[in-house]
Amino acid sequence: MNTTAETRPVVLQIEGLTKYFGGLRAVYNFDLTLYDGDLVGLIGPNGAGKTTIFNQITGLYLPTSGSIKFNGIELVGFEPHEITRLGIARTFQNIRLFGNLTVLDNLRIALHSQAGYSLFDGILMTRKYRQREAEILERAQELLEIMGLTKVQNELARNLPYGEQRRVEIARALACSPRLLLLDEPAAGMNPKEITQLMDLIHFIRDKFKLTVLLIEHQMRLVMGICEQITVIDFGEIIARGTPKEIQNNPRVIEAYLGKGA
Amino acid sequence: MDLSVLLSFAKIIAVIAYLYGLFWIMGLKVRPVTIAGKTLDLSLAINVAGVVVAFGIIQLALTDFGGFRILNEFDTGLLYQACTMTMVALGLNLIYGFNGQFSLGQWGFYGIGAYAAADVTYRWVNGDSSGLIVLGVGTILAGVIILLVGRSLSNLRRMPVLSSFTLYLLGALVSGYVAVLIGRWVSPLLNPLLGTNLEPGPLAQGFWLQIIYFLAVVFAGIFAAEISFLFGLPVLSLGSDYFGIATLGFTIVVYTLMVNSDTFLPFPEMRGGRGMIGIPKLTTWFWAFLFMMAVIVSMRNLIRSSYGRAMISVREDEVAARAMGIDVAGGKLLAFVIGSLFAGLGGGVYAHYIGFLSPGTFDFLIGFNPMIIVVFGGLGSMTGTITASFGWIFFLEGMLRDVLGRISPQAPSWRYVLYPLTLLLLMLIRPEGLMGKIEWGFLKIPVVPLRDTKQEGEVA
Amino acid sequence: MQSISRPQKMPVIVKPNSFLAWIGRGGLILLALLIAYILLRNLIEKPLFFVTNIINGLQLGFVYALIALGYTMVYGIVKLINFAHGDVFMVGAFTSFFAIDRFKLHEWPLRAFPTINPVLGIALGTITTILLSMVVCVLLAVTIERVAYKPLRDAPRIAALITAIGVSFFLEYFGLLDFVFSARFIPYPRPFEVTTWYIADGIHLTQPGEPIPENAIVISNILIIIVILTLGILLFLQYLVRRTKIGIAMRATSFDKPTARLMGINVDSVISFTFAIGAAFAGLGGVLYAIAYPSIKTLMGVYPGLKAFISAVLGGIGSIPGAFVGALIMGQAEALTASYISTPMRDAVAFTILIIVLLVRPTGIFGEPEKEKA
Repeated sequence: MNTTAETRPVVLQIEGLTKYFGGLRAVYNFDLTLYDGDLVGLIGPNGAGKTTIFNQITGLYLPTSGSIKFNGIELVGFEPHEITRLGIARTFQNIRLFGNLTVLDNLRIALHSQAGYSLFDGILMTRKYRQREAEILERAQELLEIMGLTKVQNELARNLPYGEQRRVEIARALACSPRLLLLDEPAAGMNPKEITQLMDLIHFIRDKFKLTVLLIEHQMRLVMGICEQITVIDFGEIIARGTPKEIQNNPRVIEAYLGKGA
Repeated sequence: MDLSVLLSFAKIIAVIAYLYGLFWIMGLKVRPVTIAGKTLDLSLAINVAGVVVAFGIIQLALTDFGGFRILNEFDTGLLYQACTMTMVALGLNLIYGFNGQFSLGQWGFYGIGAYAAADVTYRWVNGDSSGLIVLGVGTILAGVIILLVGRSLSNLRRMPVLSSFTLYLLGALVSGYVAVLIGRWVSPLLNPLLGTNLEPGPLAQGFWLQIIYFLAVVFAGIFAAEISFLFGLPVLSLGSDYFGIATLGFTIVVYTLMVNSDTFLPFPEMRGGRGMIGIPKLTTWFWAFLFMMAVIVSMRNLIRSSYGRAMISVREDEVAARAMGIDVAGGKLLAFVIGSLFAGLGGGVYAHYIGFLSPGTFDFLIGFNPMIIVVFGGLGSMTGTITASFGWIFFLEGMLRDVLGRISPQAPSWRYVLYPLTLLLLMLIRPEGLMGKIEWGFLKIPVVPLRDTKQEGEVA
Repeated sequence: MQSISRPQKMPVIVKPNSFLAWIGRGGLILLALLIAYILLRNLIEKPLFFVTNIINGLQLGFVYALIALGYTMVYGIVKLINFAHGDVFMVGAFTSFFAIDRFKLHEWPLRAFPTINPVLGIALGTITTILLSMVVCVLLAVTIERVAYKPLRDAPRIAALITAIGVSFFLEYFGLLDFVFSARFIPYPRPFEVTTWYIADGIHLTQPGEPIPENAIVISNILIIIVILTLGILLFLQYLVRRTKIGIAMRATSFDKPTARLMGINVDSVISFTFAIGAAFAGLGGVLYAIAYPSIKTLMGVYPGLKAFISAVLGGIGSIPGAFVGALIMGQAEALTASYISTPMRDAVAFTILIIVLLVRPTGIFGEPEKEKA
């Protein structure tokens, strides 16, 4: 990373992360440090282990070894929903919205951990329940407005066009009130115009919500365009790290992407 | 067509119309009126009045006007059966339709509720208060212990489910043992007030008996819920198909225990396979309506709350739900426990309507009925489930039995051949059920109006 | 808005070998010790009776294995619990009942060739009856598959499951009608005499009317037939699945249907073939079961069907040796529970074993460990 001393606080610190599936080594000795407000890209060929890293950060997989610290808290061992509640939200490579529910409900589900009323409040419809529900609705609609999705709030998520589904997924992740946002191939399947919009959007939400963003991407234009730092992995190991410019000219990266002899 | 066929058909229509009317008025919203300078929102008053009127209508129809009743004895029975079936099926819809867990254990919890509640009141009217005391103390104590164990386990991660199950089970067994001890100690003090079966004491008749009935049904429901917690804790972690088979096994085990209740279990009054007789018939329209409405209203509120949305998200996509901060395992357990609570309550009401419990009623083949009702009505539709429950009972048990009985004495058994065929046709033509996910009136989920757009910070 | 709940305490991660993890295992070990104690005590007290129980369990287990093979193959290929499979088994038993009782099919060689050796004649007749039952079951299963399951192949899995329940109910309730099979127990006329031998200082043929000595192990010819036939079928199936073209097609289909289709495999006919072969063995099982326990009724297929399915899950669903081993375990568990613990609890034991095995090893004994999820 930067050799200059960093003054911003560390948000995420991954050290020696390793994951085996049976005999298959998916991730080996992966390190990463994210400072507050970073916008960092994680790239690599298909099957390099990027999503596996995400799944370990969010607790879906238990690492074979290594440590993941978020704001100084060791995440290994927490359940996925607890990690989300600590302030890490993510989107999925293949969009995983709750397709049969409305866009609004998708967001309200993400706000569940902040609902702040008990089951009995809900069943008896107490004053607290009504108050909190109104707040949840307000917050969800606010987010939808920010993402320009107000008009589709009552549509079923599966009926939306692809680009809007992506935006809903980001909105839903934001509803978790994260400090760290993990985006898994947000630009997959988008055309150049949409990618430009997405780049603006990512910048915008990072500044507006004071987020740290880590993203996996295949679209080089997006990664090179917005990331300040890029980490390249292949076969689960880091092969390069640096600014977009450094990465573009790194022979090992070119080899990993295009194969030997290219 | 026979006149009585038309009449029973008309009854089905009337019952369905009645339900829809009830839900319509319960969901009615009126504009606030201004009387004498005060703005009053009368919606709630109208809703409550509507429920009372709806209760009254059936109560009138059940009242004997000098030998004439609109709903005869047979119809009354169907009505009570439909109420209990609604509770059971709604519970299953919560587990399966809303939370996505394919459970065939609902019938077992129904049976547990029925037998537990029946045993309490049976003992009570026969001058033995130990049933109520043991069940009451046991369920409360077990509930407390489960909560305490749950709290102390809450900061452990990756705890093997077998270990936590063992701890919960030990807690429940200890509380059961303590409850039996307390029962042995306290009940002789109370028993003199109960009298005997032929000469009921002050606590075994009238108002007090109604209270005991209420307590018996509620405790039986909680008992079923606690059993479901203990059972669901390990079994819900198995995954969908295996969970289905394990819950089917649960129903079978409950049935086996019922058949051997006087030999394998220490309950001679349940008389094993011969069936339990002499249960006081305490279920009235008031209680049936009360419990059914309590189940409907609380389930509707639950579904609309954040907890209900969390349950639905588990059905839609478990991985995404976890990533959105939802405790998937907890949500499944919660839905399973509440669903079983409903089934247990239904069982308690049923036992006191029928007055006779036979293990044959709780056979697992019949246990598929709630599942079929839920599928017919539409997964994730409360309106559909309620309609299908009433329609099922009134059509299959009422009309079809009556009509086919006229054709030949053997013909009524044909209705069991017809319904799998209908089910197959339904699956081929409309796999989402008759109602799909459509809700009606009071059960309808309101469409949230668009927000007044403030032009700030808009993007894209 | 309330701020996000942040855990106050750091969670304690339970290590696989810590005390807390051993609580559950300890409970299981205690249970296992208790069962071992009961069995050992009985083995020492009455060894011959114990062996008799084991033999009874074997007989049951081998019949379950015949049904379980169908379950495991069908589940392996279409991921569907074919609830109707137990009823196909029942239809197999009833077909042979009608063939024997009404048409004396098992005696046709004796009638056609009066000079034939009677043993050979009965054997031929029995084989014909069994083949007839198998054919009827195959036709039934293929019809069910084509009519009820095939249209739902792309529907949600749950619709197919409900359909399977519907088919099963249809067969059961239709069979329960008085003019079909009725709800009564029907004594089953065996096509051949069941001969038993007892082993007590030497092997003796049991003579009619002769009391069997108390301390003797009893073996019947039907047990031997069941064991030999089931083992033969097991080997045949292993050969079929591993070595033949259709077996490879089956494995490909079970692994990935769309890709199998792209590779030129006729997925529909492979699935039908799987149903057919499973049904054939269920039909065979039905006849053998009826001969071994000569009393049949319409709902006879329900419990054996369920237990066979449990056997298949126990062994690891989709695995043919797994289904066999699972069925043997299930047979022993049932026979031993009935003798030493409590007869009515033998069904409960089946499910308890299932739950425990799945908790300890979620994919069953022979199942492959779970792969990486997307």
